[in-house]
Amino acid sequence: MSAAAENAPGEAKVIPIESAPSWTSPDRPALADRLADAVGGALSGQLGPAATRLFGKGWEGRAADGLAFLRRRMTGDYEVDEFGFDRELTEDVLLSLLRPLAEKYFRIEVRGIENIPAEGGALIVANHSGTIPLDALMTQVAIHDHHPQHRHLRMLAADLVFVLPGINELARKAGHTLACNEDAQALLERGEVVGVWPEGFKGIGKPFAERYKLQRFGRGGFVSSALRAGVPIVPCSIVGAEETYPMIGNFRTLARLLGLPYVPITPTFPWLGPLGAVPLPTKWTIQFGEPIATDGYPAEAADDPMLVFDLADEVRETIQHTLYKLLVQRRSVFF
Amino acid sequence: MQAGLAGQGNAAEWGALLGVVLVTGVARHLGARFVAEIRRRPGVDLVVGVDVQPPRLPALELSGPAAPYRFHQLDLRRPAVSRVIAEHRVDTVVHLSVSATGLGSTNRSAVKESNVIGTMQLLGACQKAPSVRRLVVKSTTGVYGSAPRDPAVFTERIQPKNPPGGGFAKDAAEVEGYVRGFARRRPDVAVTVLRFANIVGPGADTPLSEYFALPVLPTVLGYDPRLQFVHEDDAVAVLCRAAGEAEPGTVNTGTFNVAGEGVLLLSQCARRLGRPTLPLLLPAVSWMAGLARQTRLVDVSPEQLRLLTHGRVVDTTRLRETFGYRPAFTTPEAFADFAAAQGPGLLPPERLAAVTDRLTGLLGPERAPTTQNRTARPSRPRS
Repeated sequence: MSAAAENAPGEAKVIPIESAPSWTSPDRPALADRLADAVGGALSGQLGPAATRLFGKGWEGRAADGLAFLRRRMTGDYEVDEFGFDRELTEDVLLSLLRPLAEKYFRIEVRGIENIPAEGGALIVANHSGTIPLDALMTQVAIHDHHPQHRHLRMLAADLVFVLPGINELARKAGHTLACNEDAQALLERGEVVGVWPEGFKGIGKPFAERYKLQRFGRGGFVSSALRAGVPIVPCSIVGAEETYPMIGNFRTLARLLGLPYVPITPTFPWLGPLGAVPLPTKWTIQFGEPIATDGYPAEAADDPMLVFDLADEVRETIQHTLYKLLVQRRSVFF
Repeated sequence: MQAGLAGQGNAAEWGALLGVVLVTGVARHLGARFVAEIRRRPGVDLVVGVDVQPPRLPALELSGPAAPYRFHQLDLRRPAVSRVIAEHRVDTVVHLSVSATGLGSTNRSAVKESNVIGTMQLLGACQKAPSVRRLVVKSTTGVYGSAPRDPAVFTERIQPKNPPGGGFAKDAAEVEGYVRGFARRRPDVAVTVLRFANIVGPGADTPLSEYFALPVLPTVLGYDPRLQFVHEDDAVAVLCRAAGEAEPGTVNTGTFNVAGEGVLLLSQCARRLGRPTLPLLLPAVSWMAGLARQTRLVDVSPEQLRLLTHGRVVDTTRLRETFGYRPAFTTPEAFADFAAAQGPGLLPPERLAAVTDRLTGLLGPERAPTTQNRTARPSRPRS
């Protein structure tokens, strides 16, 4: 380390300003050296056993992993796919932040995870509810944590998500993309698990009185995408999300002013201010149903509107019936 | 597959019909490199270069056998090019002068005129010249625009919902329209349109490289755009391949996206360059870009600002499978080659890595960084 030698007190009588240790000067390793010696000395002395007591055994390993992660992030040494999916950030940060919510707060029970194939494309179609798309995020955590292959769910999100600053950045990094035929098909053909909530804002923004009543499924574009890619459709029923933010009203004028699909009124929002944004701690169940195969149809089936509507109806009925079944089995909203 | 630059051997059969090649836009870096490359191809009788000003660097004296080269200084907006085509009985026209910035003048309307009127004049001249058999046009992936409501990955067939409303990208979209019209009127001419992503390299002088040369990179708060790059070596190789006859089993006419594989986020680019970013609200960034443009400090056009907000990624399946060319540089490799030619930033990645490595070293020698070789990215293409 030549820089360190130059700065040794015996040799350098006058330290020129350019070589003074600073953030940009080439002598920074000298500063790092001194820091390192200090920290190293402390660790080998009293601090080492103290740290072990404080952080538990194996803290050095975890610290080393953390530093390696920090190093990769700071130097830009990680990969994102064409859609902007940052696997490392999603696994190490985003999912870790959501996991306590899924496991401790909503205590999600996952059923039928074996219906999601171990490899290759699949289209998960689920019911949408709860004012804020928490159900979609929780499904992503559930699939990653419960599936033996820890597959990532690539969601198709509304265009509103990609217009909002900040949200669009996070959504892309978490692997989500715009709900359009081109992106859906591209992802399915790459063999990804794609999630779609075809009710859209009609489902997520419906009043509490209509809970667990599936809304219209749009044009069934998701069925065409699945048919073109020849991947199975997995119906998914989510119980518990409806009661997180029971929507009893809607500020229509404010929503129109802000360009949002709705501005909800719940028993706690906006009355309690930011506290009203805390979801109710309901108990959730996510059930994945039997996959519906689409590879038996001829190539032009995707352009046959009757077949597309029939399949969309089949998926919709399956989800609705499963919802009713799960609701009958449910003991209470919160337990 | 290094078919482009290294494939001298097999070039003999498919390059046999190049004949006389007319190249526009030779005063620029890409044009000059393409001329040097195409002159070495077998089957090229003569290369005619055309531009409004002579190249900054004199044409390289090529070692080894090379086709003769003539330079004509003329303005494409005038019909003079028609005389040049007739005089040399040109077989192949390679149109590279559609560009975001003007040579000499930065006046936007002059640039637009030279792009659009220049192309119309050139196409008119080609139509009257029975000798022309092949036309290659350099376009940009900018024709897809950059918008949050468009698909994440553009294939050649996608019609964008928000086509570019102005600037260079709109010029390119209009140029492509005229080229399609020409292809209909002259079905005997093989027409290729190449939509290039941002071309980078140690010497490429694209507007985006001006942005990346800033000591601190202003970014738009709340957006991290996906960017794609193509290395200038690959750009030249693709142009050469498009100018010649198609190799067996491939098609080199039609429209192709040209970009290196993979994607880099703007934040990743900044970190790899070692430049700190300064996230600002969109109106503040637009205002700064306008100010920088007026004071001629940095030329960041509104469409570039949109690219740096929403990003753009194109699908290159057709390039690889139909056109039969796999870029030698991926997007990260092309960017690494560009970054190596830039001066060190305020936060050099090597130094940041050294700090974390030292800290890791303190935790015990057995935990010394195992990821050491991961930052040593190859800056040259994979073999």
